Amino acid sequence: MSDVALRMEQIYKKFRKGEVYNSLRDLVPAITGKMFRGELNASDKREFWALQDISFEVKRGESLGIIGHNGAGKSTALKILSRIMKPTKGRMIVNGRLSALIEVTAGFHPDLTGMENIFLHGTILGMSKREIQSKLDQIIAFSGIEEFINTPVKRYSSGMFARLGFAVAAHVDPEVLIVDEVLSVGDYVFQQRCLDRIREIIQNGTTVLFVSHNLKSVTEICERAMLLDHGRVIAIDKTDIVARKYLSLSAPLAPSEQSKPVYISKVRVRDCAGEQSTFESGEKAWVDVEVTAREAIEKLAVVIWFTDESQYIIFHTSTERLGYAPFSLQPGGTYRCTFELSLNIAHGTFHLVAEIHRYDIEKGYDRQEPAATIFIGSSIAVGGAVNCFPKLIESETAAPSTQCCEV
Amino acid sequence: MRMELKELYKYRELLYMITYRDIKVRYKQSVMGFLWAILMPILIVMSGVIVRYAYSIVSHAPMKTGDIANVAIKSVPWAFVVASIRSTCYCLSGNRDLVVKIYFPKEIFPMAAVLACLFDFAIAFGALVIILILMKVGWSIYLLWAPVLIATTIILCLGIGMILSAVSLFFRDVKHIVEVLLTFGIFFTPVFYDVQMFGPRGKLLLLNPVAPLLEGLGACMAKHASPDIPWFIYSLTVGLVTLIGGFVLFKYLEPEFAETI
Repeated sequence: MSDVALRMEQIYKKFRKGEVYNSLRDLVPAITGKMFRGELNASDKREFWALQDISFEVKRGESLGIIGHNGAGKSTALKILSRIMKPTKGRMIVNGRLSALIEVTAGFHPDLTGMENIFLHGTILGMSKREIQSKLDQIIAFSGIEEFINTPVKRYSSGMFARLGFAVAAHVDPEVLIVDEVLSVGDYVFQQRCLDRIREIIQNGTTVLFVSHNLKSVTEICERAMLLDHGRVIAIDKTDIVARKYLSLSAPLAPSEQSKPVYISKVRVRDCAGEQSTFESGEKAWVDVEVTAREAIEKLAVVIWFTDESQYIIFHTSTERLGYAPFSLQPGGTYRCTFELSLNIAHGTFHLVAEIHRYDIEKGYDRQEPAATIFIGSSIAVGGAVNCFPKLIESETAAPSTQCCEV
Repeated sequence: MRMELKELYKYRELLYMITYRDIKVRYKQSVMGFLWAILMPILIVMSGVIVRYAYSIVSHAPMKTGDIANVAIKSVPWAFVVASIRSTCYCLSGNRDLVVKIYFPKEIFPMAAVLACLFDFAIAFGALVIILILMKVGWSIYLLWAPVLIATTIILCLGIGMILSAVSLFFRDVKHIVEVLLTFGIFFTPVFYDVQMFGPRGKLLLLNPVAPLLEGLGACMAKHASPDIPWFIYSLTVGLVTLIGGFVLFKYLEPEFAETI
């Protein structure tokens, strides 16, 4: 066997927009109507290409991330990879068993017990009965729901449901594994266990394709990444290079509505050298905000904050909070300010939001969300939202002081 | 097509699992349990007996045990045909998640639907055999035809099921049309009556491919006679053509399922 696990060659996928006749009651009048008007052969122009000329190759044991904005073609690529959809044009080669961690509970039937569902879902995912039998203990232990394994799954909580689904799917042992955003299931501990399991799968030599718009998990898991935009491949390279490209691709600042009395005319994130979107954890960054007024307006403040990818605000400040008096503007006047920030943030992707705010009447005039997106890299392995720059200064192992009773 | 069949063979355990699931789910929550499998045939047999009774009053000929046996023998497979055609119409839309999200040969769904109905049929047929023995209907060498005729019925149902399951995914009203056809189908199929009651023109009724099979079963099990072999060959041909054509059509439409459903 060759060392190529998966290859796509010039894959195109076309979709039809607009009305599709899904009942004979609609179709028959539509066709007869068209026949009378003599336009039966008028071709439908309302089509668009979801994927255009996608070619790439993944070697055995490699892990490739697929990133892109909503509508970039990720889901279509995924459906073609998992063979649910056929490409309009092009060829795809898969060497070995392919399995997808997409909808991990799709095969479950609510009326069957957890145990029955393990066998049902396992066979749907392509395992043989004997294979499931041999992995049964592992699967049940991984899901952590031993007590309820003989209960119909419709009585499960949604977390238990998802855990059992992932447990089955994670034990398929395919040669090629496609992972979609399944890591959002379960609680934090379980998510970590899922990530660990995926790493373990990669270490066992499985080829992994990871589809996500969560840059953080992609960079944690994949060596290489592919960036899709509007159905085309923009870049295939090392993950951090592609991640940078992805961020630079972010939508340019939309000109604020003309009706607003005052608007944010410019937001820029820079390091000492100039505009930048990638920073090392702990580095200094400067945020320039420019505000322009159309009407005379008073008592304003500029507010900025960072959110992580789940829209959770991790940091928040404003000119007023930093002790600067509110400013007032004449029509056509501008106001500029620069914030200096120490980015003690852990590795990840963060969005900067800027707002013009008047504190005494609690009114927001204009907001840019996100005004910028930054990507933080870290040389120290830390998790969570902040970087406390940990150092290990003492480590020792002590022998037990008293003899333990032996059994 | 060879590749498709090979893949289907690879997924044979899944066919078993889905069939098992369909049967298990159907019986799991019903108080009546296996009575469900024979409820429908019992109802059909009872209506058949009433119809036959009416004939006998009109024609002043007394009703014979053989007539009742004949109606019962034809009713049970008819119930199977109706149930499997009906369930194949819903088998893909009822498994939406699996059709949209996971790859495997989707013809497993109509096949499992027919097999699950076959399970009910087996129970009902077992009950029927016991009743026939109690009625002292007797047996003959022609009984060997029964498995052949039943197998042909299954082939026909699988073929129709493949076509209907795929087509009803693209046209939502197909299942309503099928429902109406199934309701009135019993009048166009020799279940309660025999074809020869209509004289020579009765042969037209045999054009319905299910009819020669039911007539044949009635002949070999109740009348101890051979089925009409040319008409049996006609049914078998229609069945095989439907099955192969249905499979090809199903495979042709399969890539569109995920986009259409």
